[in-house]
Amino acid sequence: MSSVFQIDFGDQAPDPGPIVGIDLGTTNSLVAYMGEVRPKIITDGEGEKIVPSVVALTSDNELIAGRAAAALLTSTPERAVYSVKRLMGKGVADVAGELALFPFRVAEGSQSVIRIQLGGRVLTPPEVSAQVLRRLKHMAEAHFGRTVEKAVITVPAYFNDAQRQATKDAGRIAGLEVLRLVNEPTAAALAYGLDKRQQGIVAVYDLGGGTFDISILKIHDGIFEVLATNGDTHLGGDDIDNLLIHIALEDLTTEWGEDLEGDAVGVQFLRRAVIEAKHELSTRLEAEIRFSYRGRQYNRRLERALFEKLIAGIVERTLEPCRNAVLDARLDVAEIDEVVLVGGSTRIPLVREAVQIMFQKKPHAELNPEEVVALGAAVQAGILAGVQADMLLLDVTPLSLGIETMGGVVSKLIHRNSTIPASAAEVFTTGVEGQKNVLIHVVQGEREMAGDCRSLARFDLKDIPPMPAGMPRIEVRFLIDANGILSVTARDQRSGKEQSVEVKPSYGLTDSQVESMISESIEQAEADFARRQLAEARVDADAILAATERAMEHEAWFDLPEDERRSIQGALNELRVACHAEDHLLVRAHVDKLNAATMRLAEMMMDTAVNTALKGKTLDEV
Amino acid sequence: MSGPPQADYFTYLGLPQKLQIDPAELEKRFYALSRRLHPDRHAGKPEPERRLAEEATARLNDAYRTLKDPVARAEYLLDRHGLNKSEQKSSNVPPELLEEVFELNLALEEIRGGDLSARPQLAAAKSKFEGMLAEVDRSLQACFEEWDQSGRRETLERIFGVLNRRTYIRNLLRDVNV
Repeated sequence: MSSVFQIDFGDQAPDPGPIVGIDLGTTNSLVAYMGEVRPKIITDGEGEKIVPSVVALTSDNELIAGRAAAALLTSTPERAVYSVKRLMGKGVADVAGELALFPFRVAEGSQSVIRIQLGGRVLTPPEVSAQVLRRLKHMAEAHFGRTVEKAVITVPAYFNDAQRQATKDAGRIAGLEVLRLVNEPTAAALAYGLDKRQQGIVAVYDLGGGTFDISILKIHDGIFEVLATNGDTHLGGDDIDNLLIHIALEDLTTEWGEDLEGDAVGVQFLRRAVIEAKHELSTRLEAEIRFSYRGRQYNRRLERALFEKLIAGIVERTLEPCRNAVLDARLDVAEIDEVVLVGGSTRIPLVREAVQIMFQKKPHAELNPEEVVALGAAVQAGILAGVQADMLLLDVTPLSLGIETMGGVVSKLIHRNSTIPASAAEVFTTGVEGQKNVLIHVVQGEREMAGDCRSLARFDLKDIPPMPAGMPRIEVRFLIDANGILSVTARDQRSGKEQSVEVKPSYGLTDSQVESMISESIEQAEADFARRQLAEARVDADAILAATERAMEHEAWFDLPEDERRSIQGALNELRVACHAEDHLLVRAHVDKLNAATMRLAEMMMDTAVNTALKGKTLDEV
Repeated sequence: MSGPPQADYFTYLGLPQKLQIDPAELEKRFYALSRRLHPDRHAGKPEPERRLAEEATARLNDAYRTLKDPVARAEYLLDRHGLNKSEQKSSNVPPELLEEVFELNLALEEIRGGDLSARPQLAAAKSKFEGMLAEVDRSLQACFEEWDQSGRRETLERIFGVLNRRTYIRNLLRDVNV
């Protein structure tokens, strides 16, 4: 829409523009908006809803995200990165164990913030996530025909302060004002409540690609009050994949006499193969891991019974957080009216069984578990825009907040499952005469000793007027905002003056680091955007060119009439030429043209495939 | 001191300073105030207003959390009357429990040392303490009623003592739940 159509109503507030809801997932991401009555997912140019959370550096050194980037995972794995959500707000020591299974490299000099080496570029996790967010932003902009600058982004409920801050930073770097971080299970409850249940107690069981959350809510006249939440930020479908990969790698060592573990490309192909088998096992009793690599073939039958035995430990690990959440909500399991399933991993029958046994009722799965979080984020966007005026979400902080006291013991100031925003105040003083600084160490977690909790930040109370020991009275206020992020202010009780506080985050970027990343990205935004569009178009073009070339060797090709073959050949050549131009629209136009030309060929190939598959089976088996 | 003096939690939620509160009434007020104050209701407004909404809601949530729980509610009221919880000494063993606690500590030592023969003794102690906790809660309830009617300081001081005893019994229960 051009600005000509925007009528100026004088002193009325300017149109704030659309607010989108984003599910920034470990494996996949989606963007949605609040429609007239219900939330809707936004699709890309090809009608796809799901954007793989993959970022890659193309051979032209352009950063791209989504499906085009996922296509590069198996060809140039050292230039692609996925599951970066697992690294948000983490230090190198936190993830040392699992880095072995992921193909990306940690750049040297990484400590409290991980830096990922992507070809010749070095990026922090928020910068990588920002690429995925930009891709979603562009999809939304194409949908609305105008710029989109405001968003609600979901995070796992059990994310700590640093992980939340990192997500917010990612939004800022992507040029999005993050109006609210919403917990994923709560978002799901919003979508579910809007759709199905108006009153009662609902438990949301959310097992995604990399994280597990359980939240228990009370829904009452449009108010969604979270009573308790629990979880594990390191538990999900990825763990199941890694388990299967390990088994296959062991098989391969004996069968092929070759250890593929250090082979990033091979492991990546293998990952795809086990994921396919895992998905199949959700609907069938048996599947096969089919892996072909460098001319060799590995097939392994996997029965559901064995699969369930393998993953039992992972499923069991979700139950303890469930029990704790029920306890914290001060409820009896029987008082929970309904259980809602969220996240792709809840498609696994064993997971559903375990949930049913735990909560003594059949869980709901009629909402698409992959989409419900994004839909809920859009509902929250509607609430913030004042569209859903009768709904309100009251969420909690998942972890207790405390300060380190004498001997490393934690003094808790805000307990877990407190409704946010929440605050606490504490008065500090000096221990020695003339002391000018007081250092406060803030931690998050449930353990008694600060060393066992997650360090959040150190706050340095500075320029305290010189006085005898114990005389200054500095009141420090800790505020956890509605996003679950901590801020600290201090006041000298004697003078009433604001006391200066210097924040040193333990994990994560300082404000000035984020600022410089934003300015870098703004300076380059224009050029970046055009180049990215071109890079993405070229990757798509390469994909369809390769697919068409393969199809030309298929038997269906020879069944096509001569003129149709010629028009496909023509479209193919035109696209090849168009790729050399620096114009993404031209490339796109020819991709579409080739797509249209090959439509019937694709249908014929599909028919052949179906016929082959049916051959030799009786009708009953079909 | 800067800023206006803040209303106490009872006043903030529009309730009289009573120790007995109808939970349904409390929740109703909390929800109604949340709808008015919550930052999500003020998302389109300028930063200072949003900041105010955040502060006001944080206070509302702190107030609700405190008043919802009868023990936290009583401790809050006591604190406002100068009876501070941090001066409670949970190490003050109620005299009639002295011998019991001594025996119990011995039993716990044995169990930690791997000797499980003291288990039945522990189970017995547990059910005894649970009974005592229920009794303490009953007397607390009686005190609440008394204070709501009389408003006398003696009652508050008695509540202070009962809460002290309650903390001690709860700690014992935690110990026997190993």
